[in-house]
Amino acid sequence: MSVSVELDLDGPAAPPRSNGELVFAEPWESRTFGMAMALTDAGLLDWKDFRDALIARIKQWEADPPEGECWNYYRCWQLALEDSLVASGVVTETGLSDRSAELAARPVGYDHDHTATRKRR
Amino acid sequence: MSAVEERLPIALRTEALEQLLVEKGLVDPAVMDKFISTYENDVGPLNGAKVVAKAWTDPEYRRRLIDDGTAAIAELGFKGPQGEHMVVLPNEDKVHNVVVCTLCSCYPWPVLGLPPSWYKDPAYRSRMVREPRAVLSEMGLDLADDVEIRVWDSSSEVRFLVLPQRPAGTESLSEEQLAELITRDAMVGVALVAAP
Repeated sequence: MSVSVELDLDGPAAPPRSNGELVFAEPWESRTFGMAMALTDAGLLDWKDFRDALIARIKQWEADPPEGECWNYYRCWQLALEDSLVASGVVTETGLSDRSAELAARPVGYDHDHTATRKRR
Repeated sequence: MSAVEERLPIALRTEALEQLLVEKGLVDPAVMDKFISTYENDVGPLNGAKVVAKAWTDPEYRRRLIDDGTAAIAELGFKGPQGEHMVVLPNEDKVHNVVVCTLCSCYPWPVLGLPPSWYKDPAYRSRMVREPRAVLSEMGLDLADDVEIRVWDSSSEVRFLVLPQRPAGTESLSEEQLAELITRDAMVGVALVAAP
């Protein structure tokens, strides 16, 4: 693994940090983070394009926050990643929608979901 | 991105994208894990290391920590999801504790960050209960035969943190210097803390 990606340390595209360290509140946040890093490392994602897409998504959210939705940096990150990958043809919008719908159709409890302990704060 | 984006939880979309990319051979989950751990080894485990270092240097804190892990850990400002019911397991000369979640990957996020992929691996989850000594040995930890291994399953509301033993030869180190020695693996119980 060659870490060729330089994350922004500050500015609009900088990830949330605590004590100077990256913070993931939930596992999916680390997965979308890891995907972007791995894709960039493999030359499949242009970091500058992705960063622009991320900034655009953040701006879009801030300009018009969806009702009832809390701010989440990595939500913007995931959407920006999708934007970039659809634009470059790595995945298609249909492919993503279909797969997401399939996953959503899994029965409750398929993954031993600790509903009681996973309540958001 | 319209229709999908509106309806489905973001975690599902992340999972869907990862599945597609893995199937196409464009990303390797192990490479993702490596990137994530590179970043998060600085993140969560440092919190747990601070807790352990304080317990090593402050006997009163150690007592409180073993008595009520959640409260003592919150004293240092570490709390949040997956850390509501913390139990701290002190290792002793003849007792070694190790943590597993047999059903999924429950893990004390506030003190250890996100779980490494081996912790979520079906083999670790099932074998650690059946043959802990063998699994630990494969992971590089050979314990003497007279050391009892206690395996704790976090498949409930309780989250465990192993309090490793302070290595000999570290008497002159400060709390901050000690914290630097303490690894995530030692706090899950698959490694010991070594002197510098």
